[in-house]
Amino acid sequence: MSINRRTFLSTAAAVSATLATPMIARAQSMPRVVVVGGGAGGATAAKYIARDSNGAIDVTLIEPTRSYYTCFFSNLYIGGFYEFDDLGHTYGNLASSYGINVVHDWATGVDRDAKTVSLAGGGSVPYDRLVLSPGIDFVEDSVPGWSLAAQGKMPHAYKGGTQAQLLKAQVAAMPEGGTFAMVAPPNPYRCPPGPYERISMVAHMLKNTNPTAKILLVDPKESFSKQGLFEDGWQRHYPGMITRIGPDFGGDIVEVDPDAMTVSIDGVVENVDVCNVIPAQQAGLIAQAADITDGNWAPVSAYDMSSKIDPEIHVLGDSAAQGAMPKSGFSANSQAKVCANAVIAALTDARAFPPRYANTCWSLIETDDGVKVGATYEASDEGIVSTSSFISEVGETPETRAETYRESLGWYDAIVEDMFG
Amino acid sequence: MSVLSRIAAAASVLGALSGPALAEADPERGEALYRPCAACHMIGEGAIHRIGPHLNGIMDRGIGMVEGYRFSEIFEEAAAAGEVWTEMALDGFIANPGGYLPGTAMVFRGIRGADDRADLIAFLIQEGGSSEAPAAAGEDTGPSPEVAAILEFEGDVAYGQFLSSECTACHIGQGGDDIPSIRGLTPTVFIAGMVAYRSGERQHQVMNTLAARLGDEEIAALAAYFLSENH
Repeated sequence: MSINRRTFLSTAAAVSATLATPMIARAQSMPRVVVVGGGAGGATAAKYIARDSNGAIDVTLIEPTRSYYTCFFSNLYIGGFYEFDDLGHTYGNLASSYGINVVHDWATGVDRDAKTVSLAGGGSVPYDRLVLSPGIDFVEDSVPGWSLAAQGKMPHAYKGGTQAQLLKAQVAAMPEGGTFAMVAPPNPYRCPPGPYERISMVAHMLKNTNPTAKILLVDPKESFSKQGLFEDGWQRHYPGMITRIGPDFGGDIVEVDPDAMTVSIDGVVENVDVCNVIPAQQAGLIAQAADITDGNWAPVSAYDMSSKIDPEIHVLGDSAAQGAMPKSGFSANSQAKVCANAVIAALTDARAFPPRYANTCWSLIETDDGVKVGATYEASDEGIVSTSSFISEVGETPETRAETYRESLGWYDAIVEDMFG
Repeated sequence: MSVLSRIAAAASVLGALSGPALAEADPERGEALYRPCAACHMIGEGAIHRIGPHLNGIMDRGIGMVEGYRFSEIFEEAAAAGEVWTEMALDGFIANPGGYLPGTAMVFRGIRGADDRADLIAFLIQEGGSSEAPAAAGEDTGPSPEVAAILEFEGDVAYGQFLSSECTACHIGQGGDDIPSIRGLTPTVFIAGMVAYRSGERQHQVMNTLAARLGDEEIAALAAYFLSENH
């Protein structure tokens, strides 16, 4: 039988009619990889698997949004250093340049026995290897009084996109001399310096438009990432504006009332004008649905990011419990490359190389005052372990700080090209 | 040429320049600013070509006109056009190498402060002499033994491709104002750069940390991969 479009379509229709749930028809002879989540981990993994297997692996990327807004650099948008539109990226090039089947839908479940991912829009997608890179979801009731239903009044702004726009608008609309409060999250959470860079960016914004405003940082943690650098910077740039209440003063006993716009700290009620609640975090819900989590996160092998519960599923980025790497976009991108190499080697006759990881996190404290922290990592039986690290120093020259900031701009351009280009 | 007469020559060149920036420039500060340049360029008595050409006598010399160094195309064009390293040309190039001479192989993002550039140029004149009275160059004996040892390896391109994914998290394929592009470097330039980062001779927190765990074989693999990408 000669195959033309008509017979192909009728065959495809016949096949799908015989199945209980309609499958998305793909080439059956090739090994199939399904990637859930099109962020720094998932987009990178999909691209590298498709590109470096030279078309020998059929890659499907499931991502609900058509325009992906990076969470990294959303603080710079809040501070007025980056345009919102420049944070948005689309998946067209991954489809056209690498032949990735991009499906804009929610992955709602994983059938690990049948090896299929079900979609909110109906149907399911079969896989030989599954890569989950769903980022974070919030732990319910971790901040009493707050729920997702309150995110319009008290934004989390911790997944990028419209929440970041909302928070910026609320800060801009604060009354003169008003109070901005942040409820910082407990460890571990996405982007360890993120809340403190955000405090810096809000302070920068207020310093220019509302200099008598106050910032109240309620923090359940004893200490935080780049603490010395941030505190030195806050003192130099925003003296008297920022008050941090740590656990020794009740920063870990906090409740909010989104209707009354109050924050209660160890029973003492404060009226606030803006309240940024960053709740405790856990692996994206699809990881929970796949039943590969232990506690809040999905434990993985440090050698190839495969799940310790199901080795045919890999978990990347924020959702993974992998050891020493911070939950960052840079980490997810680095883990995706190790995962891609391992997946290609498992499904084709390509070579596997020893895993190696790296991370750098840049933060902006004030105009041209950038700092960074970073490390290299390797795999061990106990998880990913750090081999060497660096951090910016207090007292660096303004030139060094400005250079560090410009470097972060270069990194943003590069990682976006690495993910989508 | 003695040190004293070199300083005298440098002083006369300084005097000949009308630019107020250079007249007030501080070559001692310039020496500190020269540190990142030293990873690729030698200057002073006995200097030879390394990754980049030696800089003896650069002021007022024709662009791309030093013997024994293979320049990139844009430098050859500038040489053919009779362009000269005037103070203004040096200042413009150091401010933004890729913008001033597009296609230059010099992987350096530039120095933004005008005073910094003036100090650096004053140091170049003090240390390397003028075009008429340059400091004596040395005899080029080829790449350093460390670089030569890595050049001996036959680089594993597939391994290099895997390793290069660590580079592409920060280095964009084309352009890049804030982090330089690393594509299109010849193996000698690439290897010498990585060796300088690995030893700490060239300083950058991220690059020193990443290069520290690269063995000779891995640097050779990366060089082979980046070379293969150019074809």
